[in-house]
Amino acid sequence: MTELDKIRNFSIVAHIDHGKSTLADRLIQETGTVKDRDMKEQLLDAMDIERERGITIKANTVRIDYRADDGKDYVLNLIDTPGHVDFAYEVSRSMRAVEGSLLVVDSTQGVEAQTLANVYQAIEADHEIVPVLNKIDLPATDCDRVAEQIEDVIGIDASEAIKVSAKTGVGIRETLEAIVTKLPPPKGERDAPLKAMLVDSWYDAYLGVIVLVRVIDGVLKKGERIKMLSTKAAYPVERIGVFRPQMEMIDELGPGEIGFLTASIKQVRDTRVGDTITHEKKGTENALPGFKPSQPVVFCGLFPVDNAEFEDLRDAIEKLALNDASFSYEMETSAALGFGFRCGFLGLLHLEVIRDRIEREYNIELITTAPSVIYHIHMRDGQMIELHNPADMPDLTTVDHLEEPRIKATILVPDDYLGDVLKLCQDRRGIQQDLTYAGSRAMVVYDLPLNEVVFDFYDRLKSVTKGYASFDYQMIGYREDRLVKMSILVNEEPVDALSTMVHFDRAEQRGRAMVEKLKDLIPRHMFKIPIQAAIGGRVIARETLSAMRKDVTAKCYGGDATRKRKLLDKQKAGKKKMRQFGKVDIPQEAFISALKMDN
Amino acid sequence: MLNDWQHGGFGLYLHWPFCQAKCPYCDFNSHVSREVDQDAWLEGFKNEISLYSRQTEGRTLDSIFFGGGTPSLMTPKTVEGILDTVRSHWALDTECEITMEANPTSVEAANFEGYRKAGVNRLSLGVQSLNDLDLKRLGRLHDVAQAMNAIELARSVFDNMSFDLIYARQDQTIEDWEDELHRALALEPSHISLYQLTIEAGTAFGDRFAAGMLKGLPSEDLAADMYDLTISTCADAGLLSYEVSNFARPGVESRHNRVYWRTGDYIGIGPGAHGRITVNGTRYATEAAKMPAKWLDMASEAGAETVRAKLNAKEMEQEFLLMGLRLTEGVDLARHPSLIADPDFLKNFKYLKDLELIKMVGDRLIVTPQGRPLLNSVTRQLLAD
Repeated sequence: MTELDKIRNFSIVAHIDHGKSTLADRLIQETGTVKDRDMKEQLLDAMDIERERGITIKANTVRIDYRADDGKDYVLNLIDTPGHVDFAYEVSRSMRAVEGSLLVVDSTQGVEAQTLANVYQAIEADHEIVPVLNKIDLPATDCDRVAEQIEDVIGIDASEAIKVSAKTGVGIRETLEAIVTKLPPPKGERDAPLKAMLVDSWYDAYLGVIVLVRVIDGVLKKGERIKMLSTKAAYPVERIGVFRPQMEMIDELGPGEIGFLTASIKQVRDTRVGDTITHEKKGTENALPGFKPSQPVVFCGLFPVDNAEFEDLRDAIEKLALNDASFSYEMETSAALGFGFRCGFLGLLHLEVIRDRIEREYNIELITTAPSVIYHIHMRDGQMIELHNPADMPDLTTVDHLEEPRIKATILVPDDYLGDVLKLCQDRRGIQQDLTYAGSRAMVVYDLPLNEVVFDFYDRLKSVTKGYASFDYQMIGYREDRLVKMSILVNEEPVDALSTMVHFDRAEQRGRAMVEKLKDLIPRHMFKIPIQAAIGGRVIARETLSAMRKDVTAKCYGGDATRKRKLLDKQKAGKKKMRQFGKVDIPQEAFISALKMDN
Repeated sequence: MLNDWQHGGFGLYLHWPFCQAKCPYCDFNSHVSREVDQDAWLEGFKNEISLYSRQTEGRTLDSIFFGGGTPSLMTPKTVEGILDTVRSHWALDTECEITMEANPTSVEAANFEGYRKAGVNRLSLGVQSLNDLDLKRLGRLHDVAQAMNAIELARSVFDNMSFDLIYARQDQTIEDWEDELHRALALEPSHISLYQLTIEAGTAFGDRFAAGMLKGLPSEDLAADMYDLTISTCADAGLLSYEVSNFARPGVESRHNRVYWRTGDYIGIGPGAHGRITVNGTRYATEAAKMPAKWLDMASEAGAETVRAKLNAKEMEQEFLLMGLRLTEGVDLARHPSLIADPDFLKNFKYLKDLELIKMVGDRLIVTPQGRPLLNSVTRQLLAD
């Protein structure tokens, strides 16, 4: 157990690519927590997808032993948090478990929208904040400008910002000293009843559910029985440990300390993030202020390309859901795609991560249908239904009006690209809320419909600003609008998986774009195929895919018979990757590609 | 009762795997070799001929075909040795077609008379283009003038000759092709093979294509227009399209190739050669060792055949349609009654018939002129389950 005044708990706030993971790696390395020969890039990002994309999805922690310049030994606990907007909620709960933050800003780039969103969470959690200017080894570094920007945009003192190159190691020692001297030690009572915060939890194939905890008061010991205040469920503590960053078992965790416990908990769903953990007997009655659970906001259908893999998909989804309480699913059947699941996600990145993991870790090829948000359908009889899937849209005569979720989007962009960003937001039915400048960067705030953002807004934003814009958002509630269900008919037959909800004023434009896209995506057949977009019975856009004109092998002699026969079998297998609608084969990628808007 | 293969006849294919240079579009089993011991190769062929004759005793050959590679690099003596051996093992039909593929270079043309004396009665010239620049791009060693001379000479030596052209080439317009085709037809061939350039994996063109470096190939629509033009222009000149890429005056269609398309029996001898032979009512697909040196070793010992696979009913049906529907005459469905009993086939048949891509004429299933350019899709659909 460590004395309170020798503990410092902190997180790192940074925009993606500003060097958070590299800085964390250096802090770990500098203190000798991990031997040089065991170092690998981005130590804390455990999943392949995290490493590949340079993002952190689950919260990770590491305990660092550090002998400071004052000659005393300190324990530094770093909680590494996700940087992406989809996981804003995970950020907020991790922030509540620590007392301070390093604000890492790329000294060649400046403050970004994500930095802002996360630093405000840190301020809200009463953190002491130490600004760190990273990448000072690069020629484009401009510490004075960026420090000024931090003061202007965020409003915190950056005069003592630490200049660091996580790459070369410059400033790492100073950063460690600042953590000790500038961040406050945690408070807590060793003799008070146990009160610990459940920060995060995940499933481990060997140990079962692992619970990340921050002890506030009291002492948590191995073998004791603990109780979750919200569920009242009690468990015997089997193991207690800390991450360095690999697991190291210890006997107890005292006030101010961060570590993990295992207690024969079967499912991640049995643990509520933000819950208060105490002793079963003589525990505290005072729960910590809880967190609101995160709710999925984006839904889409996941179907196996090969229908025979449905059970494998169910298995994969159940396993992933075990470890991810914010991922929801229910079975769905589609006339077009057969059996699959309607799944709910925190955002598009979350969707992509889950989809990639199913495809990669479980080796199941998927068809992903158009992402949709949750619409509120107010019926004429006064009841309200949540619509997760456009295919389930009730008969219009029974509907009074529809509401859609809106977000407040904050975008930071160099002013050269401002016009493009404003146009994009206007095109997506945005309402401008604010426009301010910090130096040569503009900060734009828009009220936008979430359904215009879930699909490819972020990709478009990156493309029109050549990657210089940053973006973050928060939900602001539901608002009525004139929304309609647009159906797509291929060869006169409706394809349910291509139905989307669109704004009435945009329907024709969207319909035209979709049928044009589909015309390119569907291969030519032996007959011509009409492709139509319709609202109710009214066709609003139409294209005709002309019939195939030539598909014949020029030469076929005695030596070719075997090869052609084998080719035929191969083509049959290839055809399984298409979905048949009446007489038309639609390639799987069409279901997503058809929705991408180019302008 | 007839054995099924007898509907197609009986042929012998002999593969000479050597070329002076490899063409960038060619995916046949061909090799460039400076020194070839023709006597040793003749012995190899003789052994193989003898081996296969024992399995097909009493049959009469309808056709013999020297293909390659470049078989016109064989000396007339080698050809004569092979044909003498063939005659000593099988009877030859009085109309037996004996074809030699040849390139129009002058060296090869000098051998035409010798081949005729050895017994060759039909020459198939690989002219490929009547445009010097395109001949170079196709990697050919001859020019247009040499091609014209070779055609002239071949005609004076052989009663029966044909030549090949490749079209739908890089940067070729439909007008270019129309002009070239008219020049070809002005030579009044009685048989001509007109192939659209096909980019095959594993060839120099295939590699360039994969790397995005092979530009100017025609779009699907242009290729379709060129094909339509080819069929109608040849018809106007009295050359009927009896197969996808082959045109002839009635009566001079290639007997040899019809053995393939009518799924007759054929023996394949030479490196990488494929065969189909029916022995005691069972049809086999055969393949010979592919590498020339390996083939020669094996052929002089126990035999060069490396594959002998029994074809099941399904595979025979597939080949029957894959090959037979290429012919304008179509296929006689009575040869495979199980097809007509298959509900999948009937469903696919109706689907294609409704689209007017196929039709029945008596017992024969025929691909319509509209269906012909889509033959691969049509066949795929017919065989879909």
